[in-house]
Amino acid sequence: MRIRDLAYWLFLMPVLAAFIFVVVAPFLLGIFYSFTDWNGIETKGFVGFDHYLALFQDKRFLDSLWFTTKFSVVSVILINFIGLSLALLVTAKLKTSKVLRTVFFMPNLIGGLILGFIWQFIFTKAFAGFGAMFGIESLQGWLSTSSTGFWGLVIVMSWQMSGYIMVIYIAYLEGISKELIEAAEMDGANAFQRFRHVVFPLVAPAFTVSMFLTLSNSFKLYDQNLSLTGGGPYESTQMVAMEIFNTAFGRYDMGYAQAKGVVFFVIVAVIALVQVYINKKREVEM
Amino acid sequence: MRKKYLIPLEILGITLAIIWLTPFYLMIVNSLKTKREIFEDTLKPPSSLTFDNYVQAFVELDFLRTFANSLIITVISVVIIIIFSSMAAYALSRTKSRISTILLFVFIAAMLIPFQSVMLPLITIFGKIEMLNRFGLIFMYLGFGASLSIFLYHGALSSIPRSLDEAATIDGANRFQIFWYVIFPILKPITVTVGILNTIWIWNDYLLPSLVINKQGMETIPLKMFFFFGEYTKQWHLALAGLTLAIIPVIVLYFFAQREIIKGVSEGAVK
Repeated sequence: MRIRDLAYWLFLMPVLAAFIFVVVAPFLLGIFYSFTDWNGIETKGFVGFDHYLALFQDKRFLDSLWFTTKFSVVSVILINFIGLSLALLVTAKLKTSKVLRTVFFMPNLIGGLILGFIWQFIFTKAFAGFGAMFGIESLQGWLSTSSTGFWGLVIVMSWQMSGYIMVIYIAYLEGISKELIEAAEMDGANAFQRFRHVVFPLVAPAFTVSMFLTLSNSFKLYDQNLSLTGGGPYESTQMVAMEIFNTAFGRYDMGYAQAKGVVFFVIVAVIALVQVYINKKREVEM
Repeated sequence: MRKKYLIPLEILGITLAIIWLTPFYLMIVNSLKTKREIFEDTLKPPSSLTFDNYVQAFVELDFLRTFANSLIITVISVVIIIIFSSMAAYALSRTKSRISTILLFVFIAAMLIPFQSVMLPLITIFGKIEMLNRFGLIFMYLGFGASLSIFLYHGALSSIPRSLDEAATIDGANRFQIFWYVIFPILKPITVTVGILNTIWIWNDYLLPSLVINKQGMETIPLKMFFFFGEYTKQWHLALAGLTLAIIPVIVLYFFAQREIIKGVSEGAVK
């Protein structure tokens, strides 16, 4: 096929049309709207950088950004730690390996909204019941404070995503040849040394993929946030995605919400690119 | 020597698996209790088995229709994504030119765009052309799903030698025939991956359908889940039955196709 061929464009057309209408046009139009006083229906005039300057004074937005950042850092570390541990466990030739994989992966098939509701029940009812039974005070009143809301979100996210990350690590772990590990064993390396110097460097590419996926999923989280805490109490567990939604559909400040959307994109893009760049460099050095 | 350290690991694994399943266990156990029983104690098993909650949740969720809505939207969207993304990836992979390179780059780069960055203009545009309906939704899924799907197909296509295309050309096949009869069947493994990834995403998607088709009778399963969560009242006995109902189809499918699903997801991420 050549560019001038009709076939080339016929093959591309359906996807290209959808992509332009659904992604490209709204994206560009969104940038335009963010500089105007758009109210969702019409625009009366340009406001320049007013929306963007206002962002820096906007406590709601800054709080949500800070909360999202804290949540993402903690989640990324926990998910990757648990995911890699689970992967090492189920690749250890256990009799139950297959069943364990199936169980750990299962939460990923279920939507974040449903998982959030299930855990809302666990945290508010089952935790309280368990706490009452064993006299553990700290299990009472979960999700009613911002710190239990925070850890609630972290627990749900880790429980859901660790199995997914486990699957990725398994793919890399199974690619490591047995001869290599046996050779290290014969050279007198103990289990920890074999892991640190042989296995770990070989699964480094898995880190790049896993970090990318966990970071972008944590940062963009919405469904679990909505169904688990709803952003409460008093908007203290509101993440960026939800804050943008509420600016638009709760306070009907469309042009301003759109400016937040553009900034959100820039942040996600910068984090993703920096992260991939650093990890690629690290892979080479190892 | 090997056996010795495997036994504690085996026990550790089983313990973790039990912890992993506890939320589901508590959901199911409590979905079989009366409202009063849940209030009294969430941890003990139900005093008598009653499926009243399920009957009521089934009716109030209009479950058959809701399930059908989810199924229709997911199946049509996934089929369309598979057909058109594979075709687009084929064109991009078999035509080496600057335009192909740029298009592929733009498709991949678009994966970084969070939904909230395009949400408002998207709804505005589709509202203006009166496409805030199922057709619009499926079209949107094609637009959003294209990036990852094209990326995966493009990767798979680069390992299929062009000599195959050339041989078919000599045999007198045209472009569409070459693609559908020669290339597409070879792409089957990646088609399974693309299908699984998009199915998981679309079946569970909440925000987009909530903005596009949130009308009586059109709701998908995630949209209906708010039914039992009022502003001030939570009917946990019904909600838990409803949540269990919503999960059953997914678990049944997982039970039959777990190998393919895990393999598909892992390949989708690793490539």
